[in-house]
Amino acid sequence: MEILIAIMIGFLYASGIYMMLRRSLVKLIIGIILLGNGANLLIFFLGRITKGAPPIIPGDAKVFTEAFADPVPQALILTAIVISFGLQSFAIVLVKRAHTVVRTDDLDEMNATDEDS
Amino acid sequence: MLTAILTGFLFSIFLVFAGRFFKGKLSLLASLIPLGLFIYFFQFIGPVSNGEVIMRSYQWIPSFGVDLGFKLDGLSLLFSLLISGIGFLVFFYTSSYLKGHQYLDRFYGYLASFMGAMLGLVLSDNMITLFVFWELTSITSFFLIGFNNTSGASRRSALTALGITGIGGLLLLAGALLLNNISGTYSISEMLSMSEAIGDHEHYLTVVLLIFGAAFTKSAQFPFHFWLPGAMKAPTPVSTYLHSATMVKAGVYLLMRFTPVLGGDNIWNTSLLVVGGITMLYSAVHTIFRTDLKGILAYSTISALGILVFLTGLGTREAFLAAAVFIIVHALYKATLFLVTGIIDHQTHTRDVTRLAGLNKVMLPVGIAGILAAISSAGIPPTIGFVGKELTYEASFHSETLMILLMVAIVLTKIFLLYAGFVAGIKPFIGKLPEEHAQVKSPDFVLWTPPLLLAILGLVFGVAPFIIDTPIIKPVVEAMGADASEIHLALWHGFNTVFILSLITIGIGTALYFIIKPSEKLEAAAGRFEFISPESLYERFNRIFIDVSNFWTDFFQNGYLRNYISIIILFLVVLVGYILIGSTNFVIDYHSLSRITVYEITATLILIAGIFYTVFTQSRLAAVVAMGVVGLAICLIFVFYSAPDLAMTQFSIDTLTVILFVLVLYKLPKYLKLSDYKTRLRDGILSAVFGLLVATLALQVIAEPVNKEIGEYYAQNAYLEAHGKNVVNVILVDFRGVDTLIEISVLSIAAVGVFGLMKLRLKMADRKRYQDSQK
Repeated sequence: MEILIAIMIGFLYASGIYMMLRRSLVKLIIGIILLGNGANLLIFFLGRITKGAPPIIPGDAKVFTEAFADPVPQALILTAIVISFGLQSFAIVLVKRAHTVVRTDDLDEMNATDEDS
Repeated sequence: MLTAILTGFLFSIFLVFAGRFFKGKLSLLASLIPLGLFIYFFQFIGPVSNGEVIMRSYQWIPSFGVDLGFKLDGLSLLFSLLISGIGFLVFFYTSSYLKGHQYLDRFYGYLASFMGAMLGLVLSDNMITLFVFWELTSITSFFLIGFNNTSGASRRSALTALGITGIGGLLLLAGALLLNNISGTYSISEMLSMSEAIGDHEHYLTVVLLIFGAAFTKSAQFPFHFWLPGAMKAPTPVSTYLHSATMVKAGVYLLMRFTPVLGGDNIWNTSLLVVGGITMLYSAVHTIFRTDLKGILAYSTISALGILVFLTGLGTREAFLAAAVFIIVHALYKATLFLVTGIIDHQTHTRDVTRLAGLNKVMLPVGIAGILAAISSAGIPPTIGFVGKELTYEASFHSETLMILLMVAIVLTKIFLLYAGFVAGIKPFIGKLPEEHAQVKSPDFVLWTPPLLLAILGLVFGVAPFIIDTPIIKPVVEAMGADASEIHLALWHGFNTVFILSLITIGIGTALYFIIKPSEKLEAAAGRFEFISPESLYERFNRIFIDVSNFWTDFFQNGYLRNYISIIILFLVVLVGYILIGSTNFVIDYHSLSRITVYEITATLILIAGIFYTVFTQSRLAAVVAMGVVGLAICLIFVFYSAPDLAMTQFSIDTLTVILFVLVLYKLPKYLKLSDYKTRLRDGILSAVFGLLVATLALQVIAEPVNKEIGEYYAQNAYLEAHGKNVVNVILVDFRGVDTLIEISVLSIAAVGVFGLMKLRLKMADRKRYQDSQK
């Protein structure tokens, strides 16, 4: 199974970078989101995957008695997902705003700060 | 002694606050400072001439062997007297020359700092201290050359001078460090006793080259000489003080100072002879092709510096004696000529020698000074210049090797220098006064006393050379490591070969003066060879350097995000890939991996399909939805592998993102294919390789053992300490609660930003202006 997850990570990274290399602003954001997902999955994967043992202490116990998934990467990723949502929503609205002002989605047409160029 | 050196700096600091009082009549008072210093150093003549060496040492950085060590011997004393003495006259002269100048106080500040730095340079016995003062003279010189900061040419010359002398300073530092490495000390006096050990060391040649680099750049030796004529953009007092009498001699000083340490070797002597010889001849000939008085003087100064280097290279007692005398000779007549030029410029507003004549009638004292200086520079008796020239000839005449060649070089140089001296000192004052200068007023006595005084001193020393031989010259020769007990200067050396050569020099030089008239034509003729001069080569080098930098910047900082990303990714792939291929064996232990079930294969397929659809679809909406599918597939992975909290978060955030995307962007026009097939293929390959790299890396990491200590800690204490059973939640809201609080603030800021952007209404005028500009 590890190999499958590694393949998924590879695909997410590759597609993320590919989309970021495009000239369209919307594709750039999609690329960032894909790359972010890839990074989350990579962290998750590197914390070693465990099947069917969530880091939740069973009802009557006070400590774990059996094997459990490492909670630290999960906490990290949870934070990352939420933060990336903040980033994404801001970026999306920014694209929208940029589009209403300059009427283009092409990054190359936006790279001058002077109005007349 | 430290106080004496610091006086200049203290005075310039004082001027920062009290400068405005020194702009008017009080400016004459500023010259009291160099005068005081001159008197202070004057009283050392007695002890030093008796062979005493005064040492003072103050702790600075003892752990590095760096201290403020000062040493006053013959060589330092000669230079200190020149610096403070000519400094006094220059300060005095400036108060009239720049009368009423807006920045007179600033000028005095620079000048005083320079004087302090220069005194520190010639008194330092510690190489690091020497380096610091050396650089300070370069920096103050930069400010003084660029004093007319509204003129572009001034600023450029200042930069060139700083660039050239700055490089020399760095070489000096490198030389100091290397010498310290060899000898274990920074003290020059201690190095004296290790002279042989240094000479035999394998890095001897490197040290010599570094010291040469420093000396030749500072003293404007060929091919680094070109900054000095440029430095003549400075006001004349600066040219007088820095660029003829003191600073440019710092390189010569360095060579003289290190002669006992590094000298005596064939490499040392030959290189000095060659460089000095080329410099003196090259720039002496150059004087013919100038019409600007200051230009003529600049080239003759370079030539004189060449003579000094040449004499140091001869390395005999006679040569050292000649060098010591010639330093005084040159300082006296060259400072005079510069001051005279300054007066001419000040009164007639021109320095073009072709337009100057007969000024004797309007400024007699200046004329006397100019003519006396010219005679001294020509080496005509009874001036000190004659004594200096005789000694120089004698030293070359007694050289063991290549005597004829050396003699020809030095005699030719002297002939051209005589011509230059006559043009600068005599020509403006004799003949018929041109109409345009008939109304020229006689200068202020503050202006004409300094040059006249210097010129008369040249005469006095010539008539009575015994005034300076024992008290000043002898200790200098001793400091250079030669026996000086038998030194007696005399005006008359008898009728011998040297005297005949002197006569020939004077004869040909005078003839040259009458035959060659400085003219624009000659100047233009020299201009034709400008393209191979070191100066234009330096400028071309600068231009190429700037072009390459521009290209470099344009290439890497081209403003296209995707190029930055491409370069970063490419670099990463090549670097990490190279190491991965070289050092890993790519063996995967299948037994350690968990089993693959049909659910997981399904999730993987969904994810890959989603990715492909996102990347290749033509519809923006479809891409967004497919991206949502990718998120959900990841969500499934979280579910399979014991991360319910992550699955829930991922699910809700993914859904929210898709909704937001659709809400905001569905109005946008269709995707456009902006890049061609080739670009896409290139990017595709790069991304694919990068994905492969990350996947391989991930698998490599998995094969290594893992440390779960932190996770264990949280798991053990989640219930006992924080009374929660969901460990991930406990970490977020309890153990790392503050982090989460900050995260929430970040989200709120983003929310405020989103809200602001949504509600922002651009003013109609702005929008209209923008749309107009688009048309």
